[in-house]
Amino acid sequence: MADTAAGMAAAVEVPFRGGGFAPRPKRWVGPATFLALIALAEWGTWAGWISPLTLPRPSAVVETLIALARSGLMFDHLLPSLTRLAVGAALGVGAGIAVGVLIGLFSHLRAALVPLVAALFPIPKIALLPLFVIWFGIDEGSKYALIAFGTFTPTVVATFGAVDNVDRSLIRMGQSFGLSWWSIVRKIVLPGAMPGILSGLRISLAIAIILLVAAEMLGARYGIGAYILEAGALYDLERLFAGVVILSLLGVLTSAAIGALERRLLGWRG
Amino acid sequence: MDIRLEAIGHDYGRTEVLRDITLDIPSGRIVCLVGPSGCGKSTLLRLIGGLERPARGRVLMLGEPPADCLNPLTFVFQDFALLPWRTVRGNVALVLEDHRLPPGRMEAVISDVLARTRLSDFAGALPRQLSGGMKQRVAIARALAVNPAVMLMDEPLSALDAQTRELLMDDLVALWTRTPFTAVYVTHNLAEAVRLGHRVAVLSRRPGRIREVVEIDRPLGERGYADADLERIQKHLWGLMRDEARAADEELVDG
Ligand SMILES: Nc1ncnc2c1ncn2[C@@H]1O[C@H](COP(=O)(O)OP(=O)(O)OP(=O)(O)O)[C@@H](O)[C@H]1O
Ligand SMILES: [Mg+2]
Repeated sequence: MADTAAGMAAAVEVPFRGGGFAPRPKRWVGPATFLALIALAEWGTWAGWISPLTLPRPSAVVETLIALARSGLMFDHLLPSLTRLAVGAALGVGAGIAVGVLIGLFSHLRAALVPLVAALFPIPKIALLPLFVIWFGIDEGSKYALIAFGTFTPTVVATFGAVDNVDRSLIRMGQSFGLSWWSIVRKIVLPGAMPGILSGLRISLAIAIILLVAAEMLGARYGIGAYILEAGALYDLERLFAGVVILSLLGVLTSAAIGALERRLLGWRG
Repeated sequence: MDIRLEAIGHDYGRTEVLRDITLDIPSGRIVCLVGPSGCGKSTLLRLIGGLERPARGRVLMLGEPPADCLNPLTFVFQDFALLPWRTVRGNVALVLEDHRLPPGRMEAVISDVLARTRLSDFAGALPRQLSGGMKQRVAIARALAVNPAVMLMDEPLSALDAQTRELLMDDLVALWTRTPFTAVYVTHNLAEAVRLGHRVAVLSRRPGRIREVVEIDRPLGERGYADADLERIQKHLWGLMRDEARAADEELVDG
């Protein structure tokens, strides 16, 4: 009977249309993409359909990097850069989270500061470097200030948005159990806002690296930015790319660090 | 400690939500509030718990709360309101941490309430790993931890399926029988009201007034299934509510 029914009306399997929209970790895809692009460049420069003036040979860039590391110069450039990045970003992100939480919690501060932040956000911070040099000195001070200022605004915006999104019913719960104001902020508001704060941190730190290089290009003897600028002035593409590779690695490393932080702090999301 | 509501009235903007509510909540009793949707039951509970100020009338606490009571008026919320980033134990600990209990006391209280709600084995679990019924038991454990004088329960079972609801009702009856607690219990479900209430207050549609207060004398432990008296009371309550509910249903929400 089933046969005849199937014979009369064609049986069509229900087409699958679910799935997707759910990013899953795929460990090998990222590195594989990198490797494929590098292999392509290597092949192109070796075979000659990419001229050495367009793109340096990846293997030559690697050799330059190794030489740089051997000579100890890498360290001389990396150390000041990393210090600037750490100090500047710590200042900017720390202040940004504090101000963002305050904006999220107090209506008066919100009314006063949100327009101010909106006014500061679109200013290209690098344009203010001369001003920072006058205020904080030509040395490290102006670089710290530039990075701090650049990370401050996006952190503020991400943080107060995240605080706004904290489930109000959890805050009411805290109040109904007589928790102190400070306990509510520390145990309910901050952890609840953490997902938003951390995704803001990703953006802030990327901006920090950009500003770091810009500041070092405008006035520094040592630092990755200075190294890249010098190589660029001499049209030494291999060294230029070596510097760029270091920057990219820095970007990948900070992103991985935030990923690790997310796994630690946001494990409860499952 | 008893609670007395004296001529409570409340408005939201120009909408009058509650009118002239006078009600006693005696110590050691469960008072159920039933009424059509939107009649102001949750609002009344928030007024009793001090989360909002009544526009008219007063909420009075009569007598002293128990000596070791940490939070006299304690809510159990419909949506559980558990912190997703804290374990079961951590969620209970949250409401004790501010009180600077003597060393060891906090651990003892937590173990005790988790045992009473049959959650001891799940102390380390996160809320997302628990079923709805277990989440609400955690919320009840958390409320018991502060040894409340009055529990304010806003439809604590309505987010749960029917079987879980039955089980949790049994749990509540068992908890009450062991140590009678005072509660105001808001519900839509008349079966819950006649099962758990010593006193059932029926509210009218908005603005909510008290239409009738029904006393149920039978001890909680003896209220079983298909109990003719309880059925009769439930029918009576439904009779009171039906017209209100129908009329409320046909009103515009911002009417
Ligand atoms: N914060 C608020 N602001 C303005 N109006 C509100 C607020 N809270 C409740 N209301 C209104 O007050 C009325 C009573 O609301 P309430 O939540 O107390 O009703 P309820 O009896 O608990 O209803 P339900 O049975 O659906 O839970 C409703 O019409 C609601 O729209
Ligand atoms: Mg309600």
